[in-house]
Amino acid sequence: MKAFAQLLELLALTPSRNRKIAALAEYFAKTPDPDRGYALAVLTGALSFRNVKPAKLKEIVLGEVDPHLFALSYDYVGDLGETIALIWPHHGGTEELPSLTDLIELFNTTSKGELPRLISSLLTRAEINERWAVVKLATGALRIGVSARLAKTALAEMSGKDLQAIEEVWHGLRIPYAELFTWLEDRGERPDIDHAARFHPMMLSNPIDEARDLEKLDPADFSAEWKWDGIRVQLVAARGNVSLFSRTGDDIGPAFPDVVEAMMGDAVLDGELLVGADFAPGPFNDLQQRLNRKVASPKHLKDLPAFVRVYDMLFDGSEDIRALEWTERRARLEAFFTRHRQTRLDLSEVLDFGDWPTLAEHRRRGADEHGHEGVMVKLRTSPYVPGRPKGLWYKWKRDPNLVDAILMYAQRGHGKRSSFYSDFTFGVWKGNEIVPIGKAYFGFTDAELKQLDKWVRTHTLQAFGPVREVEKSLVFEVAFDSAQESARHKSGVALRFPRINRIRWDKPAGEAATLEEMQVFIGAT
Amino acid sequence: MASPLLDRHLHLKAIDTFIDPVQPRERAIITHGHADHARSGHGAVLATPDTIAIMKTRYGEACAGSFQPVEYGEPVSIDDVRITLHPAGHVLGSAQVLIEHRGQRVVVTGDYKRLPDRTAAPFELVPCDLLVTEATFGLPVFQHPAPSDEIARLVRSLEANPDRAHLIGAYALGKAQRVISLLREGGHDAPIYLHGALLRLCALYEERGIPLGDLRPATGVAKPELAGRVVIAPPSALKDRWSRRLPDPVLAMASGWMSVKQRARQRGVELPLIISDHADWNELRETIADTGAETIWVTHGREDALVYHCRQQGLVAEPLNIQGYEEGEEDER
Repeated sequence: MKAFAQLLELLALTPSRNRKIAALAEYFAKTPDPDRGYALAVLTGALSFRNVKPAKLKEIVLGEVDPHLFALSYDYVGDLGETIALIWPHHGGTEELPSLTDLIELFNTTSKGELPRLISSLLTRAEINERWAVVKLATGALRIGVSARLAKTALAEMSGKDLQAIEEVWHGLRIPYAELFTWLEDRGERPDIDHAARFHPMMLSNPIDEARDLEKLDPADFSAEWKWDGIRVQLVAARGNVSLFSRTGDDIGPAFPDVVEAMMGDAVLDGELLVGADFAPGPFNDLQQRLNRKVASPKHLKDLPAFVRVYDMLFDGSEDIRALEWTERRARLEAFFTRHRQTRLDLSEVLDFGDWPTLAEHRRRGADEHGHEGVMVKLRTSPYVPGRPKGLWYKWKRDPNLVDAILMYAQRGHGKRSSFYSDFTFGVWKGNEIVPIGKAYFGFTDAELKQLDKWVRTHTLQAFGPVREVEKSLVFEVAFDSAQESARHKSGVALRFPRINRIRWDKPAGEAATLEEMQVFIGAT
Repeated sequence: MASPLLDRHLHLKAIDTFIDPVQPRERAIITHGHADHARSGHGAVLATPDTIAIMKTRYGEACAGSFQPVEYGEPVSIDDVRITLHPAGHVLGSAQVLIEHRGQRVVVTGDYKRLPDRTAAPFELVPCDLLVTEATFGLPVFQHPAPSDEIARLVRSLEANPDRAHLIGAYALGKAQRVISLLREGGHDAPIYLHGALLRLCALYEERGIPLGDLRPATGVAKPELAGRVVIAPPSALKDRWSRRLPDPVLAMASGWMSVKQRARQRGVELPLIISDHADWNELRETIADTGAETIWVTHGREDALVYHCRQQGLVAEPLNIQGYEEGEEDER
C-alpha cells in the first residue's frame, strides 16, 4: 500500500506528463501481481467500491471531529477526501497497512454495518500520505489528473507494445489483468477477446479552427453531418445479445430497453442517442430525464421514446471493418439498414455541400432553425481510429449565444482551484430585480481567476458558508449553446453549457440583459 | 470585551504604544521582522536586538526614528506599565510581548511555534489573563509532521534525482535559514546555493551566531554544477525566469501550507515540504490551555475555528480582524 500511496502522491503533484508516465511504468514493472492489476483498475476507473460513498466517509469523520470545525476545514481545503485525510485526529502509524489487493478484498467483504469500524482503523493505522490514498481509494474518486489513456500509455511504454493494440483488448479484460501483464511482459500470447461482443473505444473529433484549417482542407475530401444534441453511444449486437454503451464504455442498456429490444441484426454501430417520437429529437432535457434513471419507467418509455441516429459502423456482423475508409463503412451501414428494418434506429443524414461557405451557411441555419449543435466534418478516407486522431474528424460547433449577465454569488471551487472563488452564479434584470439564470466555472484564464477571486473578496455583501453574495456590479459576457424554459429556476430559464466568455470590467450592471431579452434564445431552440 | 489596557488594534492606550502596527506610529513594539509585523516608518521602536538588526538589514538603518533594544526576560517599565519580551520560537529575534499593569497580565504572542529550532530561541510559556494569539494554522486540518521526516523526504528525492537540481521555495527571513539548518542537522554537508534575495539575511544569521555551513550564491554558477544540489530561493522565484538557470529542477516548497496537496498543485510544487514556523492546530490549543488565560483574542489567520474552539472550552474568545493582514499572504509562513 505504501508504494501505491507514493505513486498517487507523485501522480497528483507531478505536472509533467512524461514524468507521470515514467512513474506509472516503473510502478507497473516493479509491483507484483495482483497488486499492480488492482492499481491499474483503480487508476483507470474500472474499479469502485459501492459500499463507501463520500457521505458515509464524512459520517465516520463526524463521529470523531466537531461538525462545525469539519465544515470550516472542508470549506478551506475544498476537497472532501483531502479534508478527511488531514483532519483525522488519531495517529497510529506503527502497524503497516494491508496490501492494495487485501485492502480491496477487505472493502468488498466487509458488511455495511462494519465498514465504519474498518475505515476508522485503517485511517488510524495509516501514515499521512497513505491516509489520503485510503480515502481516495474508498470513494473511488481519485481525481489526480491521470486518465485511463495515460495509464495505458504507461503500459505501452513499459512493454514496448503498441498503445492501440492495448486499447483493442482492453474492454475484454478482467481485473486484475494477469493475462494482460503476461502478454505485456512477453510471457504469453495476446489475450483472446471476443471482438464483436465488446465495447470498442470510440473515435473522437477535433474542433475545427476556421481561420487556420479551412483554407488547407479541400471540401471534396470531406463529408458532413449534423452534430446532434444527444449523447454518443455504441450499440453492440452479437448473436442476439444487444448492449448499449456510453462514450466511456458504461452499459446504459437497462435505461433504454426500447432501443435495445428493437435493434435488428448483428453489428457494432456508432451513433447519437436521442429522445423523441417518430425520429424527431426533442430538447436535451428530455434525454436528461431518461439518463437520470438507471432503469426506465413505463411513463418515460411512453412519453419519452428513445432512438439512435446512427453515423458509423465498426463491425458488420462479426467482421471488423474499422480499417476501411469512411465511404466504404457508410455504404456497409446503408446496406445494413436495407437488410434489417429498424424501428428505433435511423441513419444520420449526409449534408450536401460544394464548398466551405455553403457548409457554414448550413451550420448557421441548422443552429438557428433546428437548434443543432453544429456540423461534423469527416475525411472520406478516414479509417475508424480509437482516440482523438488528428486530421480525420472535425467538429464545427455553432457560434455561441451571448448574453451580458451580472455576477450575483461566488463559491469556492474544488480540486485545483479550491482556494479561489471560481464558481459564479449570474443573473439578468427582471424589472428592478436581478434573477439568477445560471452558473459557470470556466471560460477565464488563471490570471483572470485571480482577479475575480480578489474582486469577490473585496465586494462581498454576505457570506453563507462557502458562498459569498457580492455587490451586483460586475458584468460577465456569458456564452451558452442554448436556452430552455425551466420550472426549476426562479427566472424560468436554464442555459445549456454556459461559460464566461469575457469579463466586462468596463460595463455598468444597468446595461446587462433583461429576462425579456432571454426569451429570444428560447424561441430559437 | 475591551481590556482597559489594550484595544482591538493592539494599542496600549496608557502609554500610547502599538504592537506590530500596520500604519506608521509614534511608538511601536515589534514582535519580529516579518513584513506583516515589522514595517518601516515608525517613530520609536522597541524590539529584541536581533529583530532590530533584521529590520535595519531589510529596511535600512533609518527605518525608524529610534530603536530601543530589549533582551528577552528583561522588563522595561513605562509609567505604570511593565513590558517584557519572551522568546516566541518563530524566527531569529521573535518575541511574545508580556504587558503587566495593576495586576493584569496580557500576552501578545506574535507568531510562534513550540517545536525546537536551532535558528530561534525556544518558545517560553508565559501565563496570563488575556492571550492575544495568532491563528495562521488555526484549523484542525493543520497537524504538522516532524520536520526531520520532511527533510528525510527531501534527502531521498535528492538521491533519486542526481541529475536534477532541487529548488526549494522558502521565505527569505526565517524559513530559508531553518531549512538550511535542518538539512545540516540531517547530515547534508554539501554546498547549498542561494538566490540573491537570501544572501544578506543568511549572512546576518551567521553574524548573530547561527552556523549555516557552506553557502554559495547560485548566480553565476554553471548549470551542470547545480545538478544534485539544493538551491534555495524565495517562493516567488519558483516559477520565475530565474529558475531557468537550473538543470531540470524539482520544485519544492517549505511551508505549513504544503500539507494541503491542492495548494501544492496550484503552485506547481512537485515536492511539498511541510515545514512550518507556526504553531499547528494542536500546539495552538495546548498553548491556549497552558497559559491559563480566560480571555482569548485571535488574530492573523483562520480566526473562526480557533474562536469556536475556545468558546467550546468555556473561554471568552473574540476574533480581532485587524485590517491590513490579507488573507493569502501565504508565502511568508
